[in-house]
Amino acid sequence: MKYLCLISAEKVMEQMPQADADEHFEEYREFTEDIRRSGHYLDCNRLLPPAAATTVRVRNGRLSITDGPYVETKEQLGGYYLIEARDLNDAIQVAARIPGARLGCVEVRPVATDLQTLSALGALPAETSG
Amino acid sequence: MKTAPAGRGAGCRSASPRLGALPAIPDEVEAIYRRESRRIFATLVRLLGDFDLAEEALHDAFRAALEQWPREGVPANPRAWLVSTGRFKAIDALRRRARFDLVDDLDDCPSPTGFDPADEPSVEDDRLRLIFTCCHPALSPEARIALTLREVCGLSTEAIAHAFLVAPPTLAQRIVRAKTRIRDSLIPYEVPLQAELGARLDSVLRVIYLVFNEGYSASAGDSLTRADLSGEAIRLGRLLVELLPEAEPVGLLALMLLQESRRDARTTPEGALVLLEEQDRSLWRRELIAEGVALVERALRAGGAGPYAVQAAIAAVHAEAPTAAATDWAQIVGLYDVLLGLDPSPVIALNRAVALAMRDGAAAGLAEVDAILARGELADYHLAYAARADLCRRLGRVDEARTAYRRAIALTTQRPERRFLERRLAQLPG
Repeated sequence: MKYLCLISAEKVMEQMPQADADEHFEEYREFTEDIRRSGHYLDCNRLLPPAAATTVRVRNGRLSITDGPYVETKEQLGGYYLIEARDLNDAIQVAARIPGARLGCVEVRPVATDLQTLSALGALPAETSG
Repeated sequence: MKTAPAGRGAGCRSASPRLGALPAIPDEVEAIYRRESRRIFATLVRLLGDFDLAEEALHDAFRAALEQWPREGVPANPRAWLVSTGRFKAIDALRRRARFDLVDDLDDCPSPTGFDPADEPSVEDDRLRLIFTCCHPALSPEARIALTLREVCGLSTEAIAHAFLVAPPTLAQRIVRAKTRIRDSLIPYEVPLQAELGARLDSVLRVIYLVFNEGYSASAGDSLTRADLSGEAIRLGRLLVELLPEAEPVGLLALMLLQESRRDARTTPEGALVLLEEQDRSLWRRELIAEGVALVERALRAGGAGPYAVQAAIAAVHAEAPTAAATDWAQIVGLYDVLLGLDPSPVIALNRAVALAMRDGAAAGLAEVDAILARGELADYHLAYAARADLCRRLGRVDEARTAYRRAIALTTQRPERRFLERRLAQLPG
């Protein structure tokens, strides 16, 4: 099963003193290497700070654009890992080792695998479509 | 992208979850994973002293097998290879994470060179250690079941949550807390000493029977029977009997074997349910019945027979009857009386009422069922209404039968059972 681990913290890399950021990057390097080795890893990325965000809406055919994230919270989304795990508890184990979990929090969300979703996304595996 | 087989039915045993990330899963590794992974896990918990560490080590070992076996061939003793490799990988991982405090502990373990953990005489006990730890009284009853199903039987958190109708995050939390409890309270990884064995046993028996039922009658979804899980419970039951040849473990094993003997007869090839009285008894597996009946006699002779041994005795009476009509219903009602004395539960009272209907006629049974329903104890239990419907049908009270079938259908979550009840409803005259 696939899970998305969303990492949020009050301070993103850009807001840390360089030495702290360097150390944090190093922790991420080790962690990522670790879950590549264990086979959990599918994908990951770091996001630029919320100040770089643009929020897009279309209402009645009109495009509206606002600066910043769609919701202001103390903890800011800073990055994510997409992982393959045996089950939710396995995913929680992985999430607990994400360096950001010690500074902020990690939200673990199962990726939907219902047939309607898979079909809509054109991701229906041939062997389970029957 | 390839979907891991674990994701397929909410009910299925999780199969080699992360191995699916590799381009091809050699069948042999997959087969060994299915057959041996929980046993290897149990040994790794003993060697590493930690559930989470052992789980990681298990998966690292199987990944190593996928990489190395195609090149180097399958080792002579795959299980021993996987245990040693898992242990090495765990030590590696700990060193990488620089938790040297734990590595020091590991260095006290016998060296893996010339040491074959899987061949130790205690290796079969490892799963029993795991069961007793998972069923430890310091854990809540819900946590015991969740932990045993996940750690001993290899079910996924989501599958267990689905089976017990709770949200997966709730169940995941239950498991995390239970493991923390085991770690913090230093719950020993051992089979209890003789003095406390009896007290610890009840909880183990209950969990094993739940595992069996999970496999015999999935609580929701398409698949009514899941032979793997029931087979697992029977295996655990046998192991328990080997270690503790007392009446109740023997009784539980007998009960499971006698139920298992009817597996092929209780559904049609299309998956529709067949009632006990309508089953083709030639499909019943005689060798399981013979073993079950012998175990029932052994349990009753041993003294101290409890609810499991008496339920097994009831199952044995059914198993030995050549036809439904020729069943010794008087003996079955008598055994239900004994069972009610041991465990006065409304579900047992319902079963007794059904047996009473066979002995004394449908009207007598219906009066009992109605009395149970009037007490409100089984107001949401579909089988109570199914029993009422069936008795009304036999008495020609068609309208009442129809109402009861509809209520039963509304309360049934399992598709084969629902289809069965819908067929019965459609067959009513008028």
